[in-house]
Amino acid sequence: MTQIVNVSRRGLLKGIAAASGLVLGCQLGFHRSAQAQVARSWPFAPNVFVAIDATGLVTIVAHRAEMGTGIKTDLPLIVADELEADWNRVRIVQAQGDARYGDQNTDGSRSTWQFYQAMREAGAAARQMLEAAAADTWHVPPRECRAENGAVVHAASGRRLSFGDLVEAAADQPVPTADRLRLKDPKDWRYIGKPMPTVDLKDIVRGKAVYGLDVVLPGMKYAAVERCPVYGGKVKSFDASDALKVAGVERVIEIPATPIPSGFRPLGGIAVIANNTWAAQQGRERLKIEWDEGANATHDSRTYRAELEATAREPGRVMRNQGDVDAALAGAARRLSAEYFVPYLAHTPMEVPNAVAHFSGGVCEVWCPTQYPQGARTTVAQVLGVSETDVTLNVTLLGGAFGRKAKPDFAAEAALLSRAVGAPIKVTWSREDDVQHDYFHAICAQRLEASLDHGGRTTGWLHRTVFPPIPATFQPNVVYGDAAHLQQGFLDVPYDIANIRLENGPAPNHTRIGWYRSVYNIPHAFAVCSFADELAVAAGKDPVEHLRELLGEPRKIDLKAMGVDYPNYGVEELLPEMRLAYLIDTGRLRGVLDLAAEKSGWGGKLPPRQGRGIAVHRSFLAYVAAVAHVAVGQDGQVTIPRVDVAVDCGLVINPDRVRAQVEGAAIMGIGNTLYSNITFSKGRTEQSNFTDYIVARTDITPDTHVHLVESSAPPSGTGEPGVPPIAPAICNAIYAAVGKRIRALPVDTNALKVA
Amino acid sequence: MPRISINGTQHDVNADPDMPLLWVIRDIVGLTGTKFGCGVGACGACTVHLDGQATRACITTLADAGGHSIVTIEGLSPDGSHPVQQAWEAYNVPQCGFCQPGQIMQAAALLQQTPKPTDQQITDAMVGNICRCGTYLRIRAAIKSAASSM
Repeated sequence: MTQIVNVSRRGLLKGIAAASGLVLGCQLGFHRSAQAQVARSWPFAPNVFVAIDATGLVTIVAHRAEMGTGIKTDLPLIVADELEADWNRVRIVQAQGDARYGDQNTDGSRSTWQFYQAMREAGAAARQMLEAAAADTWHVPPRECRAENGAVVHAASGRRLSFGDLVEAAADQPVPTADRLRLKDPKDWRYIGKPMPTVDLKDIVRGKAVYGLDVVLPGMKYAAVERCPVYGGKVKSFDASDALKVAGVERVIEIPATPIPSGFRPLGGIAVIANNTWAAQQGRERLKIEWDEGANATHDSRTYRAELEATAREPGRVMRNQGDVDAALAGAARRLSAEYFVPYLAHTPMEVPNAVAHFSGGVCEVWCPTQYPQGARTTVAQVLGVSETDVTLNVTLLGGAFGRKAKPDFAAEAALLSRAVGAPIKVTWSREDDVQHDYFHAICAQRLEASLDHGGRTTGWLHRTVFPPIPATFQPNVVYGDAAHLQQGFLDVPYDIANIRLENGPAPNHTRIGWYRSVYNIPHAFAVCSFADELAVAAGKDPVEHLRELLGEPRKIDLKAMGVDYPNYGVEELLPEMRLAYLIDTGRLRGVLDLAAEKSGWGGKLPPRQGRGIAVHRSFLAYVAAVAHVAVGQDGQVTIPRVDVAVDCGLVINPDRVRAQVEGAAIMGIGNTLYSNITFSKGRTEQSNFTDYIVARTDITPDTHVHLVESSAPPSGTGEPGVPPIAPAICNAIYAAVGKRIRALPVDTNALKVA
Repeated sequence: MPRISINGTQHDVNADPDMPLLWVIRDIVGLTGTKFGCGVGACGACTVHLDGQATRACITTLADAGGHSIVTIEGLSPDGSHPVQQAWEAYNVPQCGFCQPGQIMQAAALLQQTPKPTDQQITDAMVGNICRCGTYLRIRAAIKSAASSM
């Protein structure tokens, strides 16, 4: 449960809200057994603050980062709803990176499910304290007082006091204990479940929204950094004389290379400091640098792909095993095997990595677009060798992130340069920097084998996945995937097949590997949902009928109970009391499958060279099915007239933002499927900008229909789950259209041409 | 010293004439609504109006912009009431929002020249503007809505 503490008199929100008034802190993770600790002294780690001042203005601190999901609006509106606040009198303040806000790491599509209950309880507690204050004032029983849209009313007498009039008295009320907390009946919700506009909407359309790139400090200098194109390389020597001749260039400073694995720390390089961005970039182009390129200078993604594929043909570490796959394959009426490949991908958020830092008098203040404010603060403190308390980390709006901005290397660069220069510094990466030095989505090779019986029923399933693991970015000698990533569409295959064996083979990394929207679900859903379609074809069954058969009877799958190391997207750790509620539910997979099929007109006739493909996948606790309607031109070009996506994400907080996330995920999924491809030669990426790293544009935009399942199940993530089923749905549709099976991304349209 | 007009105000800019208009607007003039996205005219985040034409500020030099009238997102309307801005709000278009000033400026220029664009004309005008959040569906709907209200 959530621990809520009245901190009105502690001045904790100094600078954020008025000094007086009602202020509540709330802390997650206090279980009943730990309640004795509640009385311990400040500080503890609250992760949301609600403050109401004497004018009735409600301040809610948004502790998660806003990168476009709407979370800065949606968590506070849960608080406001339970509080019975007037949304027009709510102000949302973005939290700085600080342990007192609890977990701020905005990734894994978990903000809503992790904090939904806490937000409700924080709002409800404040409401009840206001109601109790009114009851005391009017000398009536508290149960006769009801908060209503920014005021408390006493129905019998018609008396009414605004929140502002009540805050002083409310601040002296005891915080309701857990057994006295009264959450609103969902039928009385004002905001939850309604399509609410985001709080930054008006600023965005007027060009007033402030992203990291827009932060300007007095006396600020601008930095452009040349980094070694090969991961792990460092400066051997450099000559800055020409760079220093550029008008506006003031200094050239070396940032020491971090030995690999470099984790969150800077890659190192040569920084040009100037009085504007352009001069810094011009100076940088005139640097002469000799690099010691190090061990990754021979990395070539084509030969590496062949290595991964060879590994996938050999037995790997067994991560899940049930029945006897070898016997099933040996005794099969028919056997099928296929290999799938997904390349490296880059995040390329529209706002490049950037940060502003000001180091002065031994302390550092940073402004940056980060998904991970505390990680950024820690990293900055580490590279400076100062205490975290000497680092102030301000979180701006993020101009896209998709996982890239969970890694704060760019903030550390700005901090180091500010200390060296003795002035505020803005570091702006070029797009070429971003594409060359990303924390790339992992390249991945997979092999699947299956056995079918005489009725075309799948009896055995062998799946091997091989990819450079993300933990290798942080620790040396890591070559196998960990549970947090193997769970993503691999360990959790939900099919009702008697014999299943899942294996992971080793892959050494040669570049920084990082989380990219839906992460390893991208390759795994592509392979699993494509292979399921291949099995349907082999069995001569309609793909939807066949998926119903594979999913089997509605049931809950408890992988942990089956001995599988399966963290279930963090539920086991973060909300253990909810583990049963969030088990894999094949009935919900079936539900979205049926809904997507129905809404898409599945089975309806299409012209030649057009087809529909379907994929159903659970990720980040949400259930998503996608149907793509694809047309393949005589020239092999793929267009996508329509996409239907059915989503069961449990309780929906803001349906408009869920729809937006799913619409956008379809676009990103299309880009991953048809265009995007990072390749390496001589340790360098062969792509540099949007001219050769191709992403989806408006011309490919399908008529996208999002179908939300009405549900009172606890909420799940929605930022990422829309991505994984898109690639297999498109590729299955291509097969339906022209009979060509796509097993490697991006789609090779040459193979789809009419001969 | 090149003189440029930005949102109706004259600026004498003391800078390298080769400096892209984007950095003049952002670093010298101090208007940050115009965004950097690629630096090579491939993404549209820096789109401004130059004498009414949608123009990529990242590949337009200060010298080339001299003597022309520039309008940025901040100057599109005095109060955000341009029909395109209103439509963007009505359709709740933005997700992260970073590319949207460029998208809005591109769309406003389109509707100025083609008040009732076809789907293909919308595609042709907007295909140079990338949105990594994938808001294209709503952008297209908002453009049509703005067209019908203008």
